Amino acid sequence: MSWKLFNLLLEASLMTIFVSSVSILIGLFLAILLSAANLSGIRPLQWFAKFFISFFRGTPLLVQLLLLYNLLPVIGVQIPSLVTAIIGLSICTAAYQAENLRGGFEGVPTGLVESADMAGFTPVQTFFHIRVPIALRLTLPALINEAILILKASSLVSVVGLIELTRMAQNLVASTFMPLEIYASAGLIYLVINLVVATAGRQLERRLPGVGGK
Amino acid sequence: MSDNAISVQHLVKRFGETTVLDDISLEIPRGQVSCLIGPSGSGKSTLLRCMAFLEEATDGSIFIEGAPLGFVYDGAGKRQRQSATELRKVRSQIGMVFQQFNLWPHMTALGNVSAALRRVRKLSRAEAEEKAMVQLRKVGLENRAGHYPSQLSGGQQQRVAIARSLALEPKIMLFDEPTSALDPELTGEVLNVMRGLASEGMTMVVVTHEIGFAATVGNQISFLDQGKLLFTDAPSKVFAKPRHPRLEQFLDTYLDRGASTLV
Repeated sequence: MSWKLFNLLLEASLMTIFVSSVSILIGLFLAILLSAANLSGIRPLQWFAKFFISFFRGTPLLVQLLLLYNLLPVIGVQIPSLVTAIIGLSICTAAYQAENLRGGFEGVPTGLVESADMAGFTPVQTFFHIRVPIALRLTLPALINEAILILKASSLVSVVGLIELTRMAQNLVASTFMPLEIYASAGLIYLVINLVVATAGRQLERRLPGVGGK
Repeated sequence: MSDNAISVQHLVKRFGETTVLDDISLEIPRGQVSCLIGPSGSGKSTLLRCMAFLEEATDGSIFIEGAPLGFVYDGAGKRQRQSATELRKVRSQIGMVFQQFNLWPHMTALGNVSAALRRVRKLSRAEAEEKAMVQLRKVGLENRAGHYPSQLSGGQQQRVAIARSLALEPKIMLFDEPTSALDPELTGEVLNVMRGLASEGMTMVVVTHEIGFAATVGNQISFLDQGKLLFTDAPSKVFAKPRHPRLEQFLDTYLDRGASTLV
């Protein structure tokens, strides 16, 4: 296999990294909002969060992407496949991250919230300044795991027409008839990316002050 | 306004069938140190937590500097929850120090002390940190400002927690067994900070097992047993013989452990 082919795979992997990281961040933001809804004590918000989480955890990502891809034109929305991919991945990972965060929020010691109450924090301030940072620290390993899962699951977004690492590999195989070399290379690139993510995650865990760290 | 910083009137607290506080009435005089003592499960911590509205009393009232805490009575005399804003206003006069310190683990000592100054009092970061440093200096920890709670000893953490409360300039400080989670050799540094506060005239309510501290620093001692307030008096009267039989029995457990030189 030539360097030229490998370079094409590497270029496509940038798209994989881009789509995944943007989706993970948007997903994290949505997951924090879902957690806020859960903790708000407002029934309709809690129902919405529960429904959202059950739906997107209970259906396959591939089905969600296909549904989204076919639904958007029907309701008159014309957006690039890149945006469709990001929306699909973000929503799906939001459901999983919210579920991971739930454990983290439950793990925030009551006393830390009481001391925030006594300091005069409003519930919203307590949420963003005390609960979220602590819940994130407690769930960091699970969130890193989710990031790795999404990096791999991003191979599914080829169904909405986005050319990322897996789709590029398929295209190259179709024109070169070298499936073994090309798929092995693609797999290797995924592996390297995820090793970097896992290592970075462990470093972050070790360095973050507070819960779990020193 | 009366001379009392806190007034507890006919307070009742039930958890289901169990009565934890049974018709407690207690006045906390301004500028004095009031200690709540009694065996485990006597309700002294619950009473203190009610004074901060961290526990909701089943019945009765608490007034902080004359203002009702937690519950108000409407025109028809019906008891109802005070608004969150109103509660925060009344609570702003109270500082609370917890047995487990409850420092926020993701903030440095300086961050812990300055957080509320920035978020609640809306001071700039520089102003908040300057005020926070004053308090850290007061508890002798200015050289630990950049340390995270996990890098501090228990005694140091508790002193940071005291500084955090003081930074908000409360009129009343509540201490919930502030030294119970500490190794014996670390209790001294915390008690010293508290002695300093007392000598400045801070109104303090202290739930404690440190009978020596209660006897020497306290102006008023209340003895609770099984949810009842048995008596409130000056230490000289409380510890003078003959003592209340229940107190005698309670102090005996200290003697058994050879912990008190008082008796």
